[in-house]
Amino acid sequence: MNIIVCIKQVPNTTDVKIDPVKNTLIREGVESIINPFDTYAIEEAVRLKERFSGKVTVVTMGPLQAESALREAISLGCDEGILVSDRKFAGSDTWATSYTLSRAIKKIGAFDIILCGKQASDGDTAQVGPGISTHLDIPQVTYVKKIEEIKDNKARVERMTEEGYDVIETPIPCLFTVVKEINTPRLPSLKGMMRARSAQIIQWTAADINADPKNIGLDGSPTRVVKIFTPPPRKGGEILRGDAAEVSNKLTELLKDIVI
Amino acid sequence: MSDAGKIKIILEKCGGCALCVRVCPFGAIKVENKKAIIDLSKCNLCGACVDSCKFSAIILEKGIVEKKDMSAYEDVWVFCEQKKGVVQTISFELLGEGRKLAKKLGGKLCAVLLGDNIESKTDELAWRGADKIYLVDSPQLKYYQDDPYTKVLVELAKEYKPEVMLCGATTIGRSLISRVAITIDAGLTADCTGLDIDEKERLLLQTRPAFGGNIMATIITPNHRPQMATVRHKVMKEPELDKSRKAEVIRKKYPDNILSTRTRIVDIVEEIEETINLSEADIIVSGGRGLGGPNNFSIIKELAKVLGGAVGASRSTVDAGWMPYSHQVGQTGKTVCPKLYIACGISGQIQHLIGMQSSKVIVAINKDSDAPIFKVATYGIVGDLFEVVPALTKEFRKLLKK
Repeated sequence: MNIIVCIKQVPNTTDVKIDPVKNTLIREGVESIINPFDTYAIEEAVRLKERFSGKVTVVTMGPLQAESALREAISLGCDEGILVSDRKFAGSDTWATSYTLSRAIKKIGAFDIILCGKQASDGDTAQVGPGISTHLDIPQVTYVKKIEEIKDNKARVERMTEEGYDVIETPIPCLFTVVKEINTPRLPSLKGMMRARSAQIIQWTAADINADPKNIGLDGSPTRVVKIFTPPPRKGGEILRGDAAEVSNKLTELLKDIVI
Repeated sequence: MSDAGKIKIILEKCGGCALCVRVCPFGAIKVENKKAIIDLSKCNLCGACVDSCKFSAIILEKGIVEKKDMSAYEDVWVFCEQKKGVVQTISFELLGEGRKLAKKLGGKLCAVLLGDNIESKTDELAWRGADKIYLVDSPQLKYYQDDPYTKVLVELAKEYKPEVMLCGATTIGRSLISRVAITIDAGLTADCTGLDIDEKERLLLQTRPAFGGNIMATIITPNHRPQMATVRHKVMKEPELDKSRKAEVIRKKYPDNILSTRTRIVDIVEEIEETINLSEADIIVSGGRGLGGPNNFSIIKELAKVLGGAVGASRSTVDAGWMPYSHQVGQTGKTVCPKLYIACGISGQIQHLIGMQSSKVIVAINKDSDAPIFKVATYGIVGDLFEVVPALTKEFRKLLKK
């Protein structure tokens, strides 16, 4: 079984501190990590490989330093890492990003399953996974919380909904975006870390994946950021004082209009 | 200039003041030898630095392409989500917002409804402001499935050419609308918290939180139509019902190749303990580590029940197995913005704050007066939650006569 995992390198929000005066993120010294949601996709890919044998290829689009995310994925059990990197990709929105990744996947060749995290923790759009499946014209199931079985070129999976879950059957090849519930990611093994250190990371440019210049970077992005601003900071709270009965009484009075 | 060719700093003009360093959301600028330098591998060409520069020393070529004729596109569409034949409240909220946008654009507000045997639901869309309803009624559309829903919406959009298309940022909405946007080559902005119209340019101004909600970005789609956006639950207001309103209903039929699906729904399972869906709840009572153990969640559930609200949980309690994941609020759980959020024994790690800080009123109950949750709380109570929460439950029960 050939499995492809798409990942993104993001700033580690557990490192992010808020500037108490300006109420903005302090980004200095923030470490880059694999998007937390993508770690479940990596783990699921490795588990599928263990179940059905095959190969896991991990791919990311990003700057050169995103190579470290690929090495980490290899330390967790992925076989091969591909970095799609080119200055020409700068300014990509989700349309251009999913196009670029779909071109890279076409170059990788035959695959059975593509796995993505449900969304990235820095952008939160949840658009790139569905975008890739659309560019490749393959079926998708989003928010997958369990892969029940795979046989006869079909997969049966559970898709999380607001109320519970749907059981969905899909032909292969297909794309899944996965949620946290699907597994508990393993830690890298010593062997994995050694393999990751020496692994050859493949690098592809826009030309390598035969990307149409009209469809990549800023030119390939229908959306444009026109303004970035800091929202007015949320006003610090009023602290209610007194014993439990007193504060409860005060609070009930203050919230009367909301709860009735 | 680099081969990206889009952004540069005119060194003669740069005063080395570092204002741009501070506004850059990507941490891509540094000042060396009193001149700003942009790290192009980190730069996203967003232009925040351009506006901040007092010396006009930063130039960004936004890659203006020749203006396409987009006059054929008109009206504001709302994709109205239904489950089991019930139109979801998010659709009503979007109709309320869509009304304002349609007015500014001088177009009609149109609802798009897909389902099986749902003609009877068109009235309630009209009552909430729809002028026109595109109705596609077919047994193959009874449940949401990616393929037929995408193809039908694509066909409709190609034929009737909406100028703006809104959709809920729900499980269904997020899966569907991205596929539609890619197929018809449209721009799509997720999770908008503010929508407005630039009347002169007929642009949808889409404002959304970025980078964890501490920075807001306004995004436009200058050269592609429709301009598509998703909005989360409870961000927009549901309009008043006007039962005298009528809408024109356009019934569309599609052949099997449009309605066919590659995936198949085998089963639909409902499993939420509380009947209230977290992202739809007006009131959420959440518990954290401070509860000390899974059984103590009962006091949270009790308060939520009295208030008619939903139960939320911090990540650490979910990771510890005290509550199921479906209750998790925060970055790796659900993002919520209820009218009232009561955080009990939650310290307020940034991952949690990201998921709930846009709630209208936040109440924090925590024994540690330095807990970061108090920084975002409208009302804070420093105290023992095991005393305060039951006392609150009692007071609210009295007030609500339950």
